[in-house]
Amino acid sequence: MIEACGLVKRYGDFTAVKGIDLEVREGEIFGFLGPNGAGKSTMIKMLTTIVRLTDGLAQVAGHDVAEETDAVRSALGIVFQDPTLDIGLSAWENLYLHGLLYGLSRAAIRERADAVLAMMELQERRKDLVKMFSGGMKRRLEIARGLMHRPKILFLDEPTVGLDPQTRARIWDYVKSLRDESGLTIFMTTHYMDEAEHCDRIAIMDQGEIIALDTPDNLKRSVGNDVITLQTADDAQAIAALSANFSITARSVQGGVQFDAENGETLLPQLLARNLFHVTSLTLRKPTLDDVFMLLTGRTIREEDLGARDQLREAFRQRRNQR
Amino acid sequence: MGKGLSGFVHLHGTFGGSYTAFMLPGVMGMTVLFASIFSSVSIIWDRDLGFLKEMLVAPVPRSALVFGKILSGATVAMIQGTLVLVFSPFVGVQLSITGVMEAMGTMFLLSLSLSGLGIAVATRMTSMQGFQLVMNFLLMPMYFLSGAIYPLQGLPTWMSAIAHIDPLAHGVDSLKWALIRFHQFSLSVDYAVLGGLAVVFTLIATVLFKMEG
Repeated sequence: MIEACGLVKRYGDFTAVKGIDLEVREGEIFGFLGPNGAGKSTMIKMLTTIVRLTDGLAQVAGHDVAEETDAVRSALGIVFQDPTLDIGLSAWENLYLHGLLYGLSRAAIRERADAVLAMMELQERRKDLVKMFSGGMKRRLEIARGLMHRPKILFLDEPTVGLDPQTRARIWDYVKSLRDESGLTIFMTTHYMDEAEHCDRIAIMDQGEIIALDTPDNLKRSVGNDVITLQTADDAQAIAALSANFSITARSVQGGVQFDAENGETLLPQLLARNLFHVTSLTLRKPTLDDVFMLLTGRTIREEDLGARDQLREAFRQRRNQR
Repeated sequence: MGKGLSGFVHLHGTFGGSYTAFMLPGVMGMTVLFASIFSSVSIIWDRDLGFLKEMLVAPVPRSALVFGKILSGATVAMIQGTLVLVFSPFVGVQLSITGVMEAMGTMFLLSLSLSGLGIAVATRMTSMQGFQLVMNFLLMPMYFLSGAIYPLQGLPTWMSAIAHIDPLAHGVDSLKWALIRFHQFSLSVDYAVLGGLAVVFTLIATVLFKMEG
């Protein structure tokens, strides 16, 4: 459904995307994970023909993004990170406008609008002004709108950012049932670890490159079974001792000394009993995708890492969603 | 209303009617002006609210979006200007069917160029305040040199030159042709300038809009 080869995007001196190869299969839920600034949004913009490729080739739904932009756009449904609804219109009017922009006939518009509103459980609010909608409803309407023209792929850019957990779960139910019922391919970006678990395959992106691409389970397994983090008095000494006595390669990270082990519950008591170095505190965690990222880059993808601009955007979104 | 300036008009012009009749085309022109500019502001609103993205991402040529905005602005402006004709009996202007049709056609044409200009500016502005600033800078000379409130006489050459390329001046003048039989430019020049500027501004707006986003 999507085939990309050597994608590059340069903005002057800055290279946002540094040569990416990608393949997304039909009916797959494919996730793009990574911190902000990794180049995820740029990737989506290139694949959805919003931004021109500096180099490389990409084919979406069998059409080249550079040569056949209209054909690509007709095959795509896009739900942006920021709301793009006309809040002065009703839900139905927004869908109608979308139908016009995508060349649907009046009859088709009516039929599809009914279908998508039913799918997203918004029929009762069809005549209401979008201004009155909650954040979750707006997001559902945007997804409904993206489906109006029967796209082959749905692009979701950070689909549940700023939404409460209940709405988040609901949206994922819709997305999954869409894929199950109609074989829709779904391409999404996110910086939430737990959200990425819904995907069939994930690509982890950092600084313009893909640093890992596999199913969530495989990626977590690659980290090892458990991740142990020790706060010590002397990290260097601890690392040396672990290597010498247990043949463990540990790494110095933000929280102290980190290493992975097959069975942390049994290893830790042995380790502490040996008293090789002073441990002030420890954490034993089952692997998550954040750990995968940490192991690959030495950093985390937590929200605290959001830059000032993204924090502002987050604040904006929360205020909007509260209305 | 208009009593102060009416003496001025009688002294300098060959216009036989009352000053309030003279003002009617000017007021209609002003209505068209503001309606056109206001409709082009919608681009900035759309950008701010995010709706513009939805349009830019659709499989629709950008030029179609620009034409659509311009035509919708022109339609609204024409209707609003026509509503001003309701006042014609009160200001001493005789209406005829042909006069009204000509007036409506002129207003539509005038609005095409003004909407085009508005959109061209709106694509370059990132805020409402910026837009208002630039538009006021452009609109004030446009309005005062249009012959809307007083006939254009005794102007220094450079002002006269501006008036000659001012779309509003020609728009108001052709409205005068249609409604009150007083004019300062020839009708063909009026239509030529209006048509020419409509095309030019529409092209500029389309080119600038293509660079959007």
